[in-house]
Amino acid sequence: MVTFLGINLFGLFGQLLVGLINGSFYALLSLGLAIIFGLLKIINFAQGAMYMLGAFAAWLALQYMGINYWAALIIVPLAVGLVGVLMERFLIRPIANEDHLYSLLLTFGFALMLQGIFTHMYGSSGLSYSIPEALRGGTKLPFMYLPDYRAWIICASVVVCGLTWWMIEKTKLGAYLRAGTENPQLMQAFGINVPLIVTLTFGFGVGLAGLAGVMAAPIYSVSPDMGSNLLIVVFAIVVIGGMGSIGGAILTGLGMGVIEGLTKYFYPEASNTVIFLVMVIVLLLKPAGLFGKEA
Amino acid sequence: MKMMKKTLLAASVAAIASSAAMANVSDGKVKIGVLADMGGVYADICGQGCVTATQMAVEDFGGEVLGMPIEVVSADDQLKPDVGSAIVRKWVENEQVDAVGGLVSSAVVGAATKVLTDAKKIALISTAASNAFTTKACSPYNVHWTYNVAALANGTVKPMVEAGKKKWFFITADYAFGHALEGVASKVINDNGGEVVGVARAPLSTTDFSSYILQAQSSGADVVALANAGNDTVNALKAAAEFGLTDMMDVAGLLVFTPNAQAMDANVAGGMRTTTGFYWDYDDKTREWSERFMARHGSIPAMGHAGAYSMTMHYLKAIEAAGTDDSDAVIKKMKEMKPDDFFSRNATLRADGRMVHDMYYVEIKKPDERRDSNDIMRVVSVIPGDQAYAPMLPECNFK
Repeated sequence: MVTFLGINLFGLFGQLLVGLINGSFYALLSLGLAIIFGLLKIINFAQGAMYMLGAFAAWLALQYMGINYWAALIIVPLAVGLVGVLMERFLIRPIANEDHLYSLLLTFGFALMLQGIFTHMYGSSGLSYSIPEALRGGTKLPFMYLPDYRAWIICASVVVCGLTWWMIEKTKLGAYLRAGTENPQLMQAFGINVPLIVTLTFGFGVGLAGLAGVMAAPIYSVSPDMGSNLLIVVFAIVVIGGMGSIGGAILTGLGMGVIEGLTKYFYPEASNTVIFLVMVIVLLLKPAGLFGKEA
Repeated sequence: MKMMKKTLLAASVAAIASSAAMANVSDGKVKIGVLADMGGVYADICGQGCVTATQMAVEDFGGEVLGMPIEVVSADDQLKPDVGSAIVRKWVENEQVDAVGGLVSSAVVGAATKVLTDAKKIALISTAASNAFTTKACSPYNVHWTYNVAALANGTVKPMVEAGKKKWFFITADYAFGHALEGVASKVINDNGGEVVGVARAPLSTTDFSSYILQAQSSGADVVALANAGNDTVNALKAAAEFGLTDMMDVAGLLVFTPNAQAMDANVAGGMRTTTGFYWDYDDKTREWSERFMARHGSIPAMGHAGAYSMTMHYLKAIEAAGTDDSDAVIKKMKEMKPDDFFSRNATLRADGRMVHDMYYVEIKKPDERRDSNDIMRVVSVIPGDQAYAPMLPECNFK
């Protein structure tokens, strides 16, 4: 056993890697929220419920339609994204000019309703979804056993986050979006359909939560409250990363996963508060967030 | 005036006629409140199902006792002690509730039993795990029926330590219930020559247990004990299988309710052993009742459901035997009479309110052993009640 200052180094490496895996998961979740909350300035408290919806949709698709995990990875985010589009168009847009609190309350109520419906229909003890055949097993690293599925999560998350970042920061479509949210009147005057962009962007952000839900289904219990446990953490990550910063949300997601992982190793009791501690410190020292452009 | 006299006369005749029963049953009816978790994490374990089970007992009893109707009311405690105790206070002070059943989360039950004891009303505890209600928080009005942490620890931990699994690592839910379970189980381990090599206290509703699984892996333990419940157990077990822990060491789920066992991947959970107060498919008597419950509720009963039925039945029988619904007389009768039904085997209700009965050491079935989705467990052995439960404390001997 290799030790340094009384700490088992192999154990520490293991925890760092696990932290990175969880971090990439957080990155994927916070990415959707960073787009909706950071760019569109809509406080979407239903994002956790959409993540739950994604996991349930994957289970339902497998159970009743025989749609396997790989197909679900494509179909479910599209379906959940469509729910997002409808939600934006018919629930959020009518109150778009009101105070932000209205959308917060509306989406929070919507999330509670969804959660209640699923509890009523499928109970509170959760459903089981197996890891797909191709990703069972794992690799023996010198310091830990890395399950294939977790390795897949890291890869998939990096690809999805990278593509999304590139699309929003580097393409013309992304430029329209950023401009449209910053100065909608001017963009309208240029003949750009800003409401449509907003709706599609919202749907995209929600679809990302659905994707995260599908990816979570094989490793976490598929239960109605799975999203509400994560939602606040993900909001905190977006705030730490800085409003409006896509890259910030991704990097902060990874970083917070690692910090949380280390806390679980050294003082597990604090593991669900450490992210909020970081948030408080960041807000005190740099109110705009680590990568934020505006306060 | 004449008219009024007549009415008065008629009323007093009617009153005298029914006074035989009226004198003994307060408010002309027996009212049972069911306080449970209707929409939270324990809803499948004791939510609407506990209400259904209580109603079934009332119906099977005939709907009335000593000639007076039996009424069941229910409420959601939202898993909050302040909400739960406020409901119980309203029930006993304003709504003539005689006894409160259900009672799920140990934290809520702790608050609710205080109110009930002050009001001299009976607590029929079906699903809470803590052993405090018959030890350090014991009361002459507490009845704890289905199981407790001591029975779980003695049932699951002891046989494993005796079989040579000496080193234990705990993954514990970081609140009252988890601490109580870990404490009692650690004592059983130490008393039997084993040792606890490490503990990770995970906050309630932790999603990702992989960090704790890695810690357990590097601890050199023989057994990893999950001192948690519900989705925490499911998520911990999933991570244990994924990270290959289940190939290296044994995993013991100290508290696994049937709905949770059903929610686990059979490939992952198959082979794991645990202790329960009831299993629906044990014999003809359990099956007969469980099938009736299933027809009403839609899913197989968890142990707390069966416990709620059995306890309500015993409570009603005691009222009949005592000839009154007065709490002191009823609880005395409950402790005199031997509970005996599909749930309570070789059972006694001790003076401290602990119902001591046979417990079951069970194994979760592997996928190829299951005939259908309700076929989850196999009873390995029956643990006699006096071996499962801790002896009564002298200060809790309410004769």
